[in-house]
Amino acid sequence: MVNTLVQPQQRVDVDTLLTINTDLATKIMVGFIQDAVTKVGFSRAVIGLSGGIDSALVAFLAAQALGAENVLAVRLPYQTSSAGSLTDAQAVIDQLGLPALTVEITPMVQPLIDLFPDMDGVRKGNIMARQRMIVLYDQSADWKGLVIGTSNKTEVLLGYSTLFGDSAAALQPIEDLYKTQVRQLSRALGVPQSILDKAPSADLWTGQTDEGELGYTYAEVDRLLYLLVDGRYTVEEAAAQGFDRAFVERVWRRVRMNHFKRTMPNVAKLSRRSIGHDFLYLRDWAG
Amino acid sequence: MYLTVGLAQLYPKIGDVAANLKTHLAQIEAAKAHGVQLLMFPELSLTGYNLQDLVYEVAMQPTADNPIFRQLLEASGDYGMDLMVGFVDTDRRARYFIGAAYLSDGKVLHVHHKVYLPTYTMFDEGRYFAWGDAVRAFDTRFGRFGMLICEDFWHASPPYLLWIDRADLFLFHSASPGRGLDASDRLGSARWVQLVNQAYGSLFTSYILHCNRVGYEDGLNFWGGSTIIDPDGEIVCAAPMHEPALCIQTIDLNQTRRTRTRLPLLRDERTALMARELTRIIEEAPDRTLGAR
Repeated sequence: MVNTLVQPQQRVDVDTLLTINTDLATKIMVGFIQDAVTKVGFSRAVIGLSGGIDSALVAFLAAQALGAENVLAVRLPYQTSSAGSLTDAQAVIDQLGLPALTVEITPMVQPLIDLFPDMDGVRKGNIMARQRMIVLYDQSADWKGLVIGTSNKTEVLLGYSTLFGDSAAALQPIEDLYKTQVRQLSRALGVPQSILDKAPSADLWTGQTDEGELGYTYAEVDRLLYLLVDGRYTVEEAAAQGFDRAFVERVWRRVRMNHFKRTMPNVAKLSRRSIGHDFLYLRDWAG
Repeated sequence: MYLTVGLAQLYPKIGDVAANLKTHLAQIEAAKAHGVQLLMFPELSLTGYNLQDLVYEVAMQPTADNPIFRQLLEASGDYGMDLMVGFVDTDRRARYFIGAAYLSDGKVLHVHHKVYLPTYTMFDEGRYFAWGDAVRAFDTRFGRFGMLICEDFWHASPPYLLWIDRADLFLFHSASPGRGLDASDRLGSARWVQLVNQAYGSLFTSYILHCNRVGYEDGLNFWGGSTIIDPDGEIVCAAPMHEPALCIQTIDLNQTRRTRTRLPLLRDERTALMARELTRIIEEAPDRTLGAR
């Protein structure tokens, strides 16, 4: 008698692959923040606190890295921002004991918005994101602290961000974590429950949600992005893992179309040694 | 015979050789207090890792004429402590190498040039460096040693060559960027390196000393976790992950003989067969580039 043991061919368990050791992740990211801030002669940081999970997580990490008293939390509401965003951001400020500031951006952005009555939501959203950047960088000068970015891997890959707006920062501690992993780490670090529970939103208009706008859930697209990006799966191989082929193509096209947001502007090469081509030093060269 | 070794798991400052020399001398001082006879520093310990265009500024020659090496050589003589340091070597013909130098009693006993220059994913070493063209063991006052640098021991052949060249103790150093975060308490790169080092210890029935750096460069983290593996493939000591440390351990070199008596893999190794078959394989290889390297 032959005792056969034939294992069924299984799909890759992406949820398991996406699971991170939160202690190790925290250690690396806290060390990164400490290092990046201090090596250029700073000891403080500025974070735009939206009330959402990404900036809450970054605030937790930064407080651990630099001491809460060195992390300035800035709330930057627009007139249509939900009240919940402000109270959720306040919960983070209170829990960590952060110095905080609230700067209403409506009087800064409204004159521009009013100049163009036909302006769509995307334009308005971009103006708000860039205005928030201006306030944060101004606070950076006053507070003598670096602006810490709060972008995550999912939104940066999908281009769900504003160039020179929320993407502008001196360092990006969580940009290599998918939204699913941001959630996992945030739970582990004790981010307030109301923030963990609510639907992610750019909060530009009432009822807006990221997942509603994107047309799929973060959990779903993170599994796919993990295979395409981290796993180096082709579109065909990803589809063979059970994803709808049209969905795979749509997501991958979106990643490609938004690559300009992830790179520095192209420089026309003329000389023998050119910035952006062959004048190559680390950013840390300055530190 | 016992040997007290130190693994200086430090954080070199990118491009700042003077500052790094100070750090080295401080580690030597601290190690001396514990009777360290052999102190290892990580890959490119005097310069930092991802140098890019700084390569040409920090390059030096490992001789007493060089003010940096002069101080290290003096320290090795004054303290009676052998040193393995990492630096950028240059041959005065504008060729640059990732170098590991072994210093003993005021002299440079051996220099190894990194053979395997990773030039893929986040790595770009082949853009800046020439590859070393030799793998040689060398004699020290503690026995015959071999040195390799990071990617050199991601390939199986350099450790094998050192073994056949009569190295009985392997000095590996690296500047290994951490990657592969998952549910494990260690990064994928850390698990992989420890796995292969334990394999080398087991297969070559030899001590494997591995010194890795820590710190950050432009978002890359270096995971540390330096280890000593004994001739049975077991971990003798492991430095902490992601934190600077001077890890000091006295090892019993006689363990090599005891293990090899139990497990005579070296005695039974068929080097002539190996050489004959390798020659045949390269000559017959349809992919001729394999034979040319």
